[in-house]
Amino acid sequence: MNGKKKRGTRTRKGFRHYLPYYLMFLPGLAYLIINNYMPLYGLQLAFKNFSYKKGISGSDFIGFKNFKFLFATKDALIMVRNTLLYNIVWIVLGVVLGITVAILFHEVRGKKAKRFYQTAILLPYLMSMVVVAYLAYAYLASDTGLINNSIIKGLLGKENGVSWYMEAKYWPFILTFINQWKSIGFGMLLYLASLLGIDNSYYEAAMLDGATKWQQIRTITLPLLKPTIIMLVILNLGHVFRSDFGLFYQVPMNQGTLYATTQTIDTYVYRALMQTNNMGMSAAASFLQSVVGFIFIVSANAIVRKLDKNSSLF
Amino acid sequence: MVSKDQKRWRAAAHIVMILLSALALLPFLLLIIASFTDDTVALTNGYSYFPEKWSLGAYAYIISNSSTFVRGYGMTIVVTVLGLVLCIILTSLTAYVLSKRDIPGIKLMNLIVIFTMLFNGGLVATYINYVTIFNIKDTIWALVVPSLLMNAFNIMLVRNYFQQNIPEEIYESARIDGANELLIFLRLVIPLSVPILATIGLMSGIAYWNDWQNSLYYIDDKSLYTIQAILNSINESITALASIAGSAGATVADLPSTTIRMAVAAVAILPVLLVYPFFQKYFAAGLMAGSVKG
Repeated sequence: MNGKKKRGTRTRKGFRHYLPYYLMFLPGLAYLIINNYMPLYGLQLAFKNFSYKKGISGSDFIGFKNFKFLFATKDALIMVRNTLLYNIVWIVLGVVLGITVAILFHEVRGKKAKRFYQTAILLPYLMSMVVVAYLAYAYLASDTGLINNSIIKGLLGKENGVSWYMEAKYWPFILTFINQWKSIGFGMLLYLASLLGIDNSYYEAAMLDGATKWQQIRTITLPLLKPTIIMLVILNLGHVFRSDFGLFYQVPMNQGTLYATTQTIDTYVYRALMQTNNMGMSAAASFLQSVVGFIFIVSANAIVRKLDKNSSLF
Repeated sequence: MVSKDQKRWRAAAHIVMILLSALALLPFLLLIIASFTDDTVALTNGYSYFPEKWSLGAYAYIISNSSTFVRGYGMTIVVTVLGLVLCIILTSLTAYVLSKRDIPGIKLMNLIVIFTMLFNGGLVATYINYVTIFNIKDTIWALVVPSLLMNAFNIMLVRNYFQQNIPEEIYESARIDGANELLIFLRLVIPLSVPILATIGLMSGIAYWNDWQNSLYYIDDKSLYTIQAILNSINESITALASIAGSAGATVADLPSTTIRMAVAAVAILPVLLVYPFFQKYFAAGLMAGSVKG
């Protein structure tokens, strides 16, 4: 990009002076063009009957037909519902659990104990979703899983286990558990940063007044965390139209019988594109996700910027 | 002076932390124990923390088919190193330019970067772009380039670091000495920014190490499978194991498949588990850096 040479008061130096900067910007710019800007051209696929032969621009324009077909299916409602509901529940749970664990962690004295706890609790966050799917399988597999064999048949003495990978009704709980299991360490870190920023003299004064720990949490910690909480919730709300593809695709082992509770926009787009060869509907869903997602993120950031300029993205 | 109330809270904190730590670690322990379980025992009793019979059978199979896993690890290492080096170069260069507030057009340049955080073309458009225009399918670039190479978030993080930690006078004196911009960047800025670049490098390295999505989208050629892609294909069907291993004679029935599955996963995560305690501090710092923006 070749910025125009301004002869304003701000910049008296010539283009030659700035040329090295523009050259240094080029590689990054090239990558953004390839990875982020060129795909924007492909968004028109949502309105086309795509064929690989004709290419993106050569394919026939069909208006809103892809969207009509998409919304004629049950899938549209299910995937939007799942994406939104899971996100909202997890945002709330993430706040509650994150703060609880952060406050408790903050109470722990002893460097070694702290280090051990943090190392352990953060470990799941380091793992890829494929690995998580293996871990879940060890517990949930209907024939060889630990839950069916050791707990349901062993401890409870029942004859038959549960076919976890066949029954959709269990998955809201399983996915919620796994999501929190994986991300609680990160949530803890997030709020711990704010906890560490609270001036100790508040607590000292409260203790002189004989306040219990619980009173201190209610009257000092939580009110002081409020801005952080609000900020994180709003920023997360900006992403309610996106879902963790890995969690919803890998962990339920791509089982069709579970779609009622495991299908989200991201898994639908992938399956329609790669597995059921339904490029039109996939492109329509993907387009909606991009556009609605954009509106959500921009609104969330606009709100955040009003509250606290430094926390917004732009 | 520690009051009774405080003591109780500390005790409660320890108990909850121990429970949470156990909850975090136990699944990994089960996976590892399962991989050392005798296959028939696992098949009849299920995976268990206390198997009736231990066995190295799963690992014997892996060793006899080690070429697949060695190649998988090789691919993972090549992709991770290549990706994180390119990521650091691209991110720091771009961030350095954006850290200069007085460049004509800097607002537009910032906007070009920030817009990518707000709007995303989505999977379909991105996939078609890479496959039809760049013909990236079944090349190593498919594992390095799409989505992971550089992101706006990291650029802003590094840009802010440059602005806050490198005083303007340093640049001035370097310029007086006649150093050009690239030299200043390489000899001055980079050495002064090791902490933030190490953080970005670590997080990017983890992202590459863990990535299976690019393999899922763009790789069919089994010789390009990373360790995560191998795990993914076995997850899809255990028969994949026989076909990846290329042992034409071996059928699924011959495989100790119940425990092999777990052994393969154990082989994939053990190195990470072993080095993780040593970089845990930096991992946590990296997550914190990313969470509190600028």
